[in-house]
Amino acid sequence: MASTEEIRSGLADIVNEVAGIPADEVQLDKSFIDDLDVDSLSMVEVVVAAEETFGVKIPDDEVKNLKTVGDAVAFIESNQAA
Amino acid sequence: MSSQRVVVTGLGATSPVGGDVPTTWAALLAGTSGARRLTEEWADQLPVRIAARVAVEPLEVLDRVKARRLDRSGQFALIAALEAWADADLDTGSADPERLGVAIASGIGGVTTLLSNYDTLLEKGPRRVSPLSIPMLMPNSPAANVGLAIGAKAGVHTPVSACASGNEAIAHGVDMIRLGRADVVVVGGTEAAIHPLPMAAFAQMMALSKRNDAPEQASRPWDAGRDGFVLGEGAAALVIESAEHAAGRGAQVYAEVAGAGITADSHDIAQPDPVGYGATRAMRMALKESGVEPREIVHINAHATSTPQGDIAECLAITTALDGRIDQVIATSTKSMTGHLLGAAGALESIATVLALRDRVVPPTINLDDPDPTVKLDIATTRRTLPSGDIAALNNSFGFGGHNVAIAFRSA
Repeated sequence: MASTEEIRSGLADIVNEVAGIPADEVQLDKSFIDDLDVDSLSMVEVVVAAEETFGVKIPDDEVKNLKTVGDAVAFIESNQAA
Repeated sequence: MSSQRVVVTGLGATSPVGGDVPTTWAALLAGTSGARRLTEEWADQLPVRIAARVAVEPLEVLDRVKARRLDRSGQFALIAALEAWADADLDTGSADPERLGVAIASGIGGVTTLLSNYDTLLEKGPRRVSPLSIPMLMPNSPAANVGLAIGAKAGVHTPVSACASGNEAIAHGVDMIRLGRADVVVVGGTEAAIHPLPMAAFAQMMALSKRNDAPEQASRPWDAGRDGFVLGEGAAALVIESAEHAAGRGAQVYAEVAGAGITADSHDIAQPDPVGYGATRAMRMALKESGVEPREIVHINAHATSTPQGDIAECLAITTALDGRIDQVIATSTKSMTGHLLGAAGALESIATVLALRDRVVPPTINLDDPDPTVKLDIATTRRTLPSGDIAALNNSFGFGGHNVAIAFRSA
């Protein structure tokens, strides 16, 4: 299982690829939309890439609750296969 | 409709012979072919393995994140439009956004995005299809993205008429200005269809040259040995504006877009009318709208794709449209060097026409080693000089579906 920091770092790489935000700016307190310039379509790209990277399923209904990087990290952490 | 004069104040292009307008124009004057043997593995199984790719890959120019949200055709369009925008000196904010329009055409649209996402769907399932697919593949995507980049809030349009699309976009922009709907319009065309499916499909129509072993000699308009066109890719854009608006801001003027003619053959979905009557009517309409007399036309940038039927029909059409007054006309085919850019062809060739009028020089038609004996036009096979004084030229574009669009330009 990936650690919190490993998940944050992996997500940071994905956000960098999708939106061009430097990976070190992708910190737990940052909002995807307000701070990281990730629009709704890019968020879908981030979610799908995260599912593949971390082996989790992120239901469409859950995506609206993932407002910050920390929200996404916490969701992935608690839903990873043991 | 007002008799508002419309002028060209900016040019931009990314083409098989250059990554911008100065490089492209220099290559055309030098008679440079952009056709190459395709090196992709998929090309090996195709009957036609040659094409004219852009000289400069868009990722060498565009920001990576911006580029990944655009189809290849949108990338080309953005590069060309921003060059034209800067060339017109409008990147300083001197155009009113609500009086600024866009008409960027495409023949085929975002076909590589569509097909690559279909591959993803089959291989990896629907969850992996890109959420950006639709905004990337829709045919209006290049126009919309150009509009976003320059802040255009008058109409943003995408004329679609196959290989006549680029010229139709110019005609549409002229109408917008003359109808008072805009002061400035970025017009042009883009195409990115070098992919195994369109290549196979055009080959099945017997439309493409099969001269696989000599790509640079494959596009040979009016030559007796011509056997079809070479598929090209790229984009071209022109900033056009009302003469009043251009004068008001002291803009440079390359030429005047004097008038346009648009007709349909209603003859066949793919074959041109053998005597080119629809093309004749388009040229006559452009002359009438522009008030240009046949004897004033000293140059024609012909559609001339290097297909057996089309090149001849166009020659007949030109002769008829000018009432037989063809002695003063020097014709050329840009496609002999760039291949056929489909929906971008009319725009790229309009740039060549405008620069021919400005610089008083006609680029050569290359590969015309053995002219078809039925061709009676004076075709430039070397760089040729145009007369001084007030001169005019026509640019023709015709498309599958029987679309004919002629644009008349006057020297500035």
